Amino acid sequence: MRTFGYPDLLFIIEAARWTIGLSLIAFIGGTIGGLLVALGRIAESRLARGAATVFVQVFQGTPLLLQLFLIFFGFPVLGIDVNPWVAAGVALILNTSAFLGEIWRGCIQAIPRGQWEAAEALGLHYVAKMRDVVLPQASKIALAPTVGYMVQVIKGTSLAAIIGFTEVTRAGQIVNNATFQPLIVFSLVAAIYFVLCWPLSLLAARMERRQARALAR
Amino acid sequence: MNYQFQFQDVFAAWPLLLQGTWMTIQLSLTATVLGLAVAIVGAWAKTSGPQPLRWVVNAYIELIRNTPFLVQLFFFFFALPALGLRWSAHAAALVAMVVNLGAYATEIIRAGIESIPRGQIEAGLALNMKRHQVFRFIILKPALKAIYPALTSQFILLMLSSAVVSAISADDLTSVAANLQSQTFRSFEIYIVVAGIYFLLALAFSGLFRLVYQLALNYPDRR
Repeated sequence: MRTFGYPDLLFIIEAARWTIGLSLIAFIGGTIGGLLVALGRIAESRLARGAATVFVQVFQGTPLLLQLFLIFFGFPVLGIDVNPWVAAGVALILNTSAFLGEIWRGCIQAIPRGQWEAAEALGLHYVAKMRDVVLPQASKIALAPTVGYMVQVIKGTSLAAIIGFTEVTRAGQIVNNATFQPLIVFSLVAAIYFVLCWPLSLLAARMERRQARALAR
Repeated sequence: MNYQFQFQDVFAAWPLLLQGTWMTIQLSLTATVLGLAVAIVGAWAKTSGPQPLRWVVNAYIELIRNTPFLVQLFFFFFALPALGLRWSAHAAALVAMVVNLGAYATEIIRAGIESIPRGQIEAGLALNMKRHQVFRFIILKPALKAIYPALTSQFILLMLSSAVVSAISADDLTSVAANLQSQTFRSFEIYIVVAGIYFLLALAFSGLFRLVYQLALNYPDRR
């Protein structure tokens, strides 16, 4: 056993880049997936609606940890090799897609029917209707909850520690095993997440208040 | 891909899985009851407590909501024993869940209390209603109705995220799955079945909550 020193501090802080990297992957992938899910949920085709609904139900109705386990422990059994990066990335992207998709579906459906009808009356086809009329308005409403959801994504990356991916939480575990100073170590780990998440929480709350004021006018 | 699915090992362990499921339900329900108690005190402190107490409650909420549950769990499980408090993984898991839910539920309950227009409370008093009647009919019931959906979905989120307590082996459903996995090596089958159990639990509870809403809270709003 050794005491907690400067190299340990550095090790944990440096692991933050993997937390940030994984969060970005999850968020970017989840943005694309979420858009597909949201469009699927409101699609005219029954098949698309059904598929999107099942996807959302499955990923919102089961623990993220088990989704991660299924990909990390399950797929190698099927003969598909996965390393922690891929497993964590795929699980987080799928999970984020489901949640963002549902948030955005709500935002899209909040656009008044008249706007849709007007777009149709103007003879706009599906792509133009969505791209030029519905989505620009919906994205304004969606901005605050999306920023708020980023906090959940960042926190969710901590689960990758359980499958051995060395991000902040896992780095904390490693240092704790070597130094046995859990109070310092896990306070530091919590502080790093807090520094990453709190500004986003504040920003989301501010945007929400501004929106509420704009709507009240 | 010519993998042979073998579920018999998993299904042979059904008493263990059942026990794990029961532990997960029990843990979630206990944590919810205790967490709601924390949240009621927290919401009172935030809406009408003295200023220093408001700061404390705010700090608690922000700290919990902006750090991962796993880290909170590690903190309670590893750091507190280092301070001299020895306790089981189960107790640490329960406390972490209570503390976590308490922060989210405080905000939900506060929003519920603040959703009652002051004028209605004043109107109740003007109608010569007793204080407890004002609380019961004008504040509690409408507030409960307003926060019911948020509170119940928070419960389901808590139940699903309780899978994380398996990281400290707190004898929940996911811990059972992890043990089975290391004995039988049928990871894919086990995690599929266990994910299915969580899914059914989430469905069952949301159905139950909807039923309760229909029976007890589904009266028309008159505003």
